Amino acid sequence: MRWLVATIAETFVETARTTTLRLDVPSWPGHRAGQHVDVRLTAEDGYQAQRSYSIASRPGADRLELTVVRIDDGEVSPYLTTDAEVGDQFEVRGPIGGWFVWDGDDGTPVLLVGGGSGVVPLVAMMRHHARVDSVAPMRLLYSARSADDVIFRDELPTLAAGAHREVTLTLTRETSPAWSGRRGHVNAELLAELGWPPSVRAHCFVCGPTPFVEAVSGALVDLGHEAARVKTERFGPTGE
Amino acid sequence: MNPASLDGNAAAGDLADVFAFDVTTAIVTCATCHHTQAVATLHAYLQAPGTVLRCSSCDAVQIRLVRAAQRAWLDLRGINMLEVQLPPEG
Repeated sequence: MRWLVATIAETFVETARTTTLRLDVPSWPGHRAGQHVDVRLTAEDGYQAQRSYSIASRPGADRLELTVVRIDDGEVSPYLTTDAEVGDQFEVRGPIGGWFVWDGDDGTPVLLVGGGSGVVPLVAMMRHHARVDSVAPMRLLYSARSADDVIFRDELPTLAAGAHREVTLTLTRETSPAWSGRRGHVNAELLAELGWPPSVRAHCFVCGPTPFVEAVSGALVDLGHEAARVKTERFGPTGE
Repeated sequence: MNPASLDGNAAAGDLADVFAFDVTTAIVTCATCHHTQAVATLHAYLQAPGTVLRCSSCDAVQIRLVRAAQRAWLDLRGINMLEVQLPPEG
């Protein structure tokens, strides 16, 4: 797979730790919602570091968008989130992965469960859903630490306002009494309440840090969902 | 699952260099326990000098891929079948 040169066209600060990079990638072949890219940075001395990032933009969008969380001791994300400027260039290859994808070509209900930046490929699916006016009922359950950590904060209500789409946020460490929404981790109880009954044979997509994905996918299978319909994408223990 | 492992999907970029199709959706049969699963659901260990993919059922090594400049070594001895979806003919 060829490495392509990406040029940063725009940056958007999502949260204190998260930045969206909008990239111009000549000859980008297009992607499916849920796929990722490999990013490669090359230092002046030739040292290279490579990481995978989920694609945030919907299929067919003008620019390729990556939404990246800063890992303080990481090799790649501090540059992408903090130092990168419009006009900077780095290499990408992709799109990668035909497993964790949602094409929106049937009306089967969909459950999306994201932890932290695991919401990124799920939002790409939701953006695609909006774009194609899908009639597949789609529910997003998004777990973040606090209200300040919620990525796509301004867009989520818009996405949720559309037909056949629902978004539920749950905050695990929010201390402010001003938050009137749900609190706590995604567990079997919440999945039973907000997810689909196993009988509808929904497509389930779970993305986040490894412990989150293990807990949620395990709970879904325990609730009776077929393991083959529960697709997962793990970031590993550190997220980078 | 070992916390250091990711999904086979995470190895897709390197695998795409040696397979002409998207191997992550291919179905492997483990030579050790005969469990069948998509490559994307194998447990992927990317920190080693190469990429190691293990069976999610019995943990046996399924695929090893070592990369160097303009060369790759692929060890598939951990699987006894690879089922690949092909586009319709015609």
